[in-house]
Amino acid sequence: MSSGSEDSSAGRPRTLRVGTDLVQISRIAESIERFGDRFIRRLFTEGEIAYATSSESLQAERFAARFSAKEAAIKALSLSEDGLDWKQIEVLRAANGACTLRLHGAALAAAVQAGILEMSLSLSHEGDYATAVVVCLAAL
Amino acid sequence: MSDLVSKIRNILKEHGRLSGDAATLDPHADLYQAGMTSHASVNVMLALEGEFDVEFPDAMLKRNVFSSIAAISAAVSELQAA
Repeated sequence: MSSGSEDSSAGRPRTLRVGTDLVQISRIAESIERFGDRFIRRLFTEGEIAYATSSESLQAERFAARFSAKEAAIKALSLSEDGLDWKQIEVLRAANGACTLRLHGAALAAAVQAGILEMSLSLSHEGDYATAVVVCLAAL
Repeated sequence: MSDLVSKIRNILKEHGRLSGDAATLDPHADLYQAGMTSHASVNVMLALEGEFDVEFPDAMLKRNVFSSIAAISAAVSELQAA
């Protein structure tokens, strides 16, 4: 997360921050049906949309998990009053299925300002619910 | 009750997932405490944009902006005046 080449956090005390969120998948499906493209494009990046819509049957749960991740990140990073575009918090998926977070723009700047050094994301879904946990390591 | 507030109450009734009646909720009552989830607040925002033909800029996508009927009313009025 460092914006410079030197680790300015070296020697500083560190702390963990956590955020979690739970989303009802059927409610996300309702939002997509009700608001369509406006809902999807307001919240998700092109990459997230491409992955989620690559399976029609899994689309709602993939969007739900990603929305949950964004909300969990907002909580972990204390960004709820920063006025951010949800697309500035992006979920990336590796070929092996592992998901990570990438921050952009104002969200990245706020995280750097807050001393965030690392972030870790875990997603899960079961039945009609999707959940996410974000853990951040921050320099005080 | 103003037309603006009446329309906001209708949107909250349809999209806010509140545990109480949006028609009688105190204008300053905390909507999140009243049951509105973060996802529901997105639906409320999109419904407000459709109803009032406005667009919430990133700078207004804050928890506080959607925290009460009074706060939403102030935000919509600001967008309509812009």
